Amino acid sequence: MTISVDIRKRMGDFLLDAGFEAGNEVLALLGSSGCGKSLTLKCVAGVLKPDEGRIVLDGRVLFDSREGINLSPQERGVGLLFQNYALFPNMTVAGNILSVLKKERRDHRREKLSMLLEKFYLQGLESHYPSQLSGGQQQRVALARILASDPSLVMLDEPLSALDSYLRWQLETELVRLLEQFEGTTLYVSHNRSEVYRICRKVSVMHQGKSEPVCDVADLFEKPGTLPAALLSGCKNYSRIERLSPRTVSALDWGVELTCAADVPEDSRYIGVRAHYLKIGEGPGENAFPCKVQRKAEDVFESILTVNPGTNGSCRPNSIIRIELPKDAVRDIREGDDLWVTVRPRDVMPLRQ
Amino acid sequence: MDLFPLYNSLRVAAISTVITFFTGIAAAYYIARTPRIVKGVLDCVLTLPMVLPPTVVGFFLLKMIGPLGPVGSRVLDLFGAKLVMVWYSAIFATTIVTFPLMYRTARGAFEAFDKTLLYSGQTLGLSNTFLFWRVMMPNCRQGILAGTVLAFARALGEYGATTMVTGYIPGRTATISTSVYQFWREGNDALAYKWVAVNLIISAAVLIAVNLLENRYRQPLRAAKDVLSDEEEGVRP
Repeated sequence: MTISVDIRKRMGDFLLDAGFEAGNEVLALLGSSGCGKSLTLKCVAGVLKPDEGRIVLDGRVLFDSREGINLSPQERGVGLLFQNYALFPNMTVAGNILSVLKKERRDHRREKLSMLLEKFYLQGLESHYPSQLSGGQQQRVALARILASDPSLVMLDEPLSALDSYLRWQLETELVRLLEQFEGTTLYVSHNRSEVYRICRKVSVMHQGKSEPVCDVADLFEKPGTLPAALLSGCKNYSRIERLSPRTVSALDWGVELTCAADVPEDSRYIGVRAHYLKIGEGPGENAFPCKVQRKAEDVFESILTVNPGTNGSCRPNSIIRIELPKDAVRDIREGDDLWVTVRPRDVMPLRQ
Repeated sequence: MDLFPLYNSLRVAAISTVITFFTGIAAAYYIARTPRIVKGVLDCVLTLPMVLPPTVVGFFLLKMIGPLGPVGSRVLDLFGAKLVMVWYSAIFATTIVTFPLMYRTARGAFEAFDKTLLYSGQTLGLSNTFLFWRVMMPNCRQGILAGTVLAFARALGEYGATTMVTGYIPGRTATISTSVYQFWREGNDALAYKWVAVNLIISAAVLIAVNLLENRYRQPLRAAKDVLSDEEEGVRP
């Protein structure tokens, strides 16, 4: 089971340019809202037509602008779970699932229905209408309905973002279990990096309509490569740089020199440092620089320091660095204090534009 | 009291409502998918009969289907049938006048309809016909029902265009509204009052029916039962 997508579509000022491949796995499309993730899914599903490109699923050409192939959504065999689940409000749970099983032989239908109801914990809810179900139940019905259509590819569009945090965790656990049972390719669209980290193994970052090459989720968090990918992966501090030597750079926005653990690629324009990887140091040393504490905020389980790089004489009030530390580590630090901040060379990530 | 005007009004209104029901919904469905400029032009043309004085509609209609008009003369030649001054002339008039009501309410309902339901249905392999009749129509029922009833009520009360193409022939083309005018003109107020009363009763009955229907359909039950019973009886292939 493989899907390969390479499409372009212009909508006003927005240009979608998406390209990725996935095998028997869960591939995440990670991007902020409005970056074209949902648009990509709609193009793959066939409800929107790309301007040009090619979509191939398991060797079947679903769309090819050059050969003039554009299969209808019905012919594609691609399941799409919408954010609002899109259950038919005028049909019961059973009606929703049976509408998809219409083509099956009559004796198979009941069998398949009860199998799906059991698998998705929906027994007893057959005659309920979608409006009578909780968000989680609706999602299970929607997934059951998609699997009833026997798709070769399942696409999930922000399946958890409409839920509050407690329910979300519960549903995520369920979703992972159900995804494991599906034997095809899954595309998982999300703007939530932690969700992607937990659920998916491969990820393609989308930024302003353009998708970046597929990489391992672990790599995205360790070496994101580009600035948009770093920001999406949750990196909160970045600075423009000038390369001084293969391993040292000058962080222009912070006015400090930093050493990296590996060679900095020539085309790097930024460095990024995660808020968790910045520590408070004893004094001058490698990758240590003086800062002034601008603000100290208490989060639930940790403290967040907002600091300006530089000392009193050379303070840069417009560039801020965010540091997240355990509460104990910063107990004695007050706003206005001067301190030394350090970062290990391996935690300095060179980034392309 | 001769009840012919009641019978004639009801049959004209019923037939023209059936015609506008299908044409109005079809127009709404297809025009909603056209590009914006085409939509604007068609929308304007199709809504025109609603804002034009009915006499202007009647005038155009007479020029088209009158014995000398391009349509009327041809039909007369081919079938020997007149299209004006007969009872069914009123159907042409009321259909044109009521069409915009059906078209506009249906289009409003279709535009408010959540398109993701159609998209998800398509990706699930359901045919567009199924989605139209079993998903889109049931979920737009309120708007379509309202449009149908409005069209029927308007057809029943239509006077201006009807009187121009049917005239007033007692026992042949008389409708309730043309009768009221005719009896008042003859100074027969008593009979005019009777027809006014009939008209009020029908209108009230129609409006009450709408309210009852809306309450009954607030819980969307029908379509789901259909799918289940089809499944059990194995009606569908």
